[in-house]
Amino acid sequence: MHIDLANAVGAERVRSEPLELALYARDAGNARGDAAAVCMAGSAADVIAAVRVAAAHGRPFVARGSGTGIAGGATPTGGSLVIVTTRLNRVLDVDAGARVAWVEPGVLNLDLSRAVRHLGLHYAPDPSSQAACTIGGNVATNAGGPHCLAAGVTSAHVLAIDVVLPDGSEARLGGLAPDAPGYDLRGCFVGSEGTMGIATRIAVRLTPDPPAVRTMLLDFAAIDDAAAAVSGIIAAGVIPAALEMMDAEITRAVEDFVGAGYPRDAAAVLLVEVDGLVDGVLAEVDAVSRIGREHGARSVRVAADEAERALLWKGRKSAFGAIARVAPDYYLHDAVVPRTRLVDVLRRVIAICAEQRLTVMNVFHAGDGNLHPLLAFDAREPGIWPRVKEAGDEILRACVAAGGVLSGEHGIGLEKRDAMPLVFSPDDLDAQARLRDAFDVAGLANPDKVLPAGSRCGELATVPAGTWI
Amino acid sequence: MAAELDVAKTIAGARVVDPLGSGTHREVGGPPPVGAEPVRAPAGIVSYEPADLTVCLGAGTTVAELQSALGEHGQECALDPRDDTATVGGTLATGLSGMRRLRVGPVRDQVLEVRMAIADGRLVRGGGPTVKNVTGYDLPRLFVGSLGTVGVATRVILRCRPRPAHISWGSTTDAPEAVAARCFRPSAVVWDGERTRVLTEGHEDDVRATAERVGLHACDAPPLPDGPHRGRASVPVSAVVTLGRMLAGMPDVRWLAEIGVGTIHIAADTQDALQRARDATARAGGWMLREAGARGLDGFGVDLPNADLMARVRDAFDPDAKLAPGRLPFPPPRPEGETG
Repeated sequence: MHIDLANAVGAERVRSEPLELALYARDAGNARGDAAAVCMAGSAADVIAAVRVAAAHGRPFVARGSGTGIAGGATPTGGSLVIVTTRLNRVLDVDAGARVAWVEPGVLNLDLSRAVRHLGLHYAPDPSSQAACTIGGNVATNAGGPHCLAAGVTSAHVLAIDVVLPDGSEARLGGLAPDAPGYDLRGCFVGSEGTMGIATRIAVRLTPDPPAVRTMLLDFAAIDDAAAAVSGIIAAGVIPAALEMMDAEITRAVEDFVGAGYPRDAAAVLLVEVDGLVDGVLAEVDAVSRIGREHGARSVRVAADEAERALLWKGRKSAFGAIARVAPDYYLHDAVVPRTRLVDVLRRVIAICAEQRLTVMNVFHAGDGNLHPLLAFDAREPGIWPRVKEAGDEILRACVAAGGVLSGEHGIGLEKRDAMPLVFSPDDLDAQARLRDAFDVAGLANPDKVLPAGSRCGELATVPAGTWI
Repeated sequence: MAAELDVAKTIAGARVVDPLGSGTHREVGGPPPVGAEPVRAPAGIVSYEPADLTVCLGAGTTVAELQSALGEHGQECALDPRDDTATVGGTLATGLSGMRRLRVGPVRDQVLEVRMAIADGRLVRGGGPTVKNVTGYDLPRLFVGSLGTVGVATRVILRCRPRPAHISWGSTTDAPEAVAARCFRPSAVVWDGERTRVLTEGHEDDVRATAERVGLHACDAPPLPDGPHRGRASVPVSAVVTLGRMLAGMPDVRWLAEIGVGTIHIAADTQDALQRARDATARAGGWMLREAGARGLDGFGVDLPNADLMARVRDAFDPDAKLAPGRLPFPPPRPEGETG
């Protein structure tokens, strides 16, 4: 395969040294796989050629952007060919009137917003890793972010995708005109974690910048009060642009790290942003402040200017960096519960971590009910991993028991694959497998991900060789 | 669940299945199958938690009943069929979005979870009950617009939203694209070749200020074009005005264009007139879905894109093509032995 690959894309784009293969054996998650070769694609044609070589050799392949995913979705299994798209980083075309941009999959999320800023537009989904993650990866995971509460997640912002299907054929899914005839294959592809092919060009919707924005920090003495305020805000008919929550541990860590002026003695803070036309925004500031105080907010700070707003957001978006001050390692979870169950589930998360003697920090998209419990620990501590894993499993079970789901925005990948039966019946999983197989008849696109072995009726459950979870 | 299992059982035993709601979308796409077993989904709200902004209901519930239940809590769901006696299941199966799409999004973005009965009589579920979810493959989006050909929805969970505090239509004779550019997050900007009408929602003062800034005069909601033959054109957003100008010169054709969306609602007095509108849509880079009448104008006027892939998807759920055959324009199966 290596020779065919080198012939197809150029030897300089193929990596197969052990050290390089090791670098691409994992993403930002904890699973480690094994790559047979790495193709540093320089163009869409390279991606297509690489998939065709893989298809011809019956070799599994996996697309990889920046490798920021933490569910193991870009981890190569079974000697996969890794096809890296980060060099496909051009914004190809921007139509400001139609508010559409065509981009290559390796364009970084934040770079896209920067590229259209002078037009008064931005790309709405804003994962916390937006300075590093690619649009292609965002499409694969149907990525979210703080501002997806009102704006919707990636799928609502992707109009069309040019893809190379796992058999090497090309297709345009969706289109610039609304509602392409027949099935919404675009909708099926978004969030399919690289198991239906690889995007080579993506048409995204651009969003006009709001005329008015207000960002608020609400300070609570009890975490239950903050969670109840979240429900109160939504129940009052206010859907903020973003509604984020941080608990005491992470608030202190962030304040020590960036000095954003967060209250170090708060049990929890809410970061709330409202945007739109000015009168509605001011009314919503009043409503959020009132509801916050009714639920026990000790203070409501409204950012006075853009600099203060940026500082408040810097605190939120630096959360994962700040953790290094607390413990050398962390394990970040992602699950969603109905908003009305936030208080119960948060209490349960805290209790579970206390039972396992683990430090837990919560920094999450409260408005969506999208929890991100973060277990901070020192991997050198003997016997720590089983406790981390047990706590994680227990948290997932608690979320599912509360009517929740396994992932809100990170994806299933390898990490949560075997938890899928917690939320889906064998028939549900079989239906999903059928949809996937319709795209990937030979089963070569990122195999072993998303669906547990045995999902297809009559299929034997096996553990993929070479996988370490 | 018992009623849903009944639906599944009926489907398992039927040779050809005709998923049926209120019958308001019977002519959308291809004709309903002849001599098929009609199958209806159960109706009724299963659970509704206003603070979660989600509602679970039988797919046979009418949109009117849904909106009425949500309205009691000051909420709504962004489903807006032409006739609100349509069922939720039928509205999702056709995938036809309402006039406020520009602000509230298309039908497909309102669906959180779908449970459907598939051809072999199993109930399968995709999506999830929460407002945000990436757990597994997106069966709900596969269902939306499938015209009943992958399964019959029995129970769905939808996203709700607060009803706008204030909402009003305003009208101007200014060019539609210029008007749209002057509005922030309008609910709709529609154009009939003469007047541009804007629907604005939100805080009352913002609605009034927008009307003053843009130069809008209060007006009634524009009716959707009506006539014996109807279609819905889809073109890129950048081609909507071009297509509108082409349609404006056509006799026996009435239309209303959604600026910023790319949808043009078209009604005609004759099938030939609707055919001419469909031809114009193709020249503008789009297609036209037949919504009503015009028996000679099934489907979209174009082949299904990625037809092989779509057929594989259909076969994955319905290998004998017994669910609503003919509603989507699948090409006939190739004779055996032929490849290509």
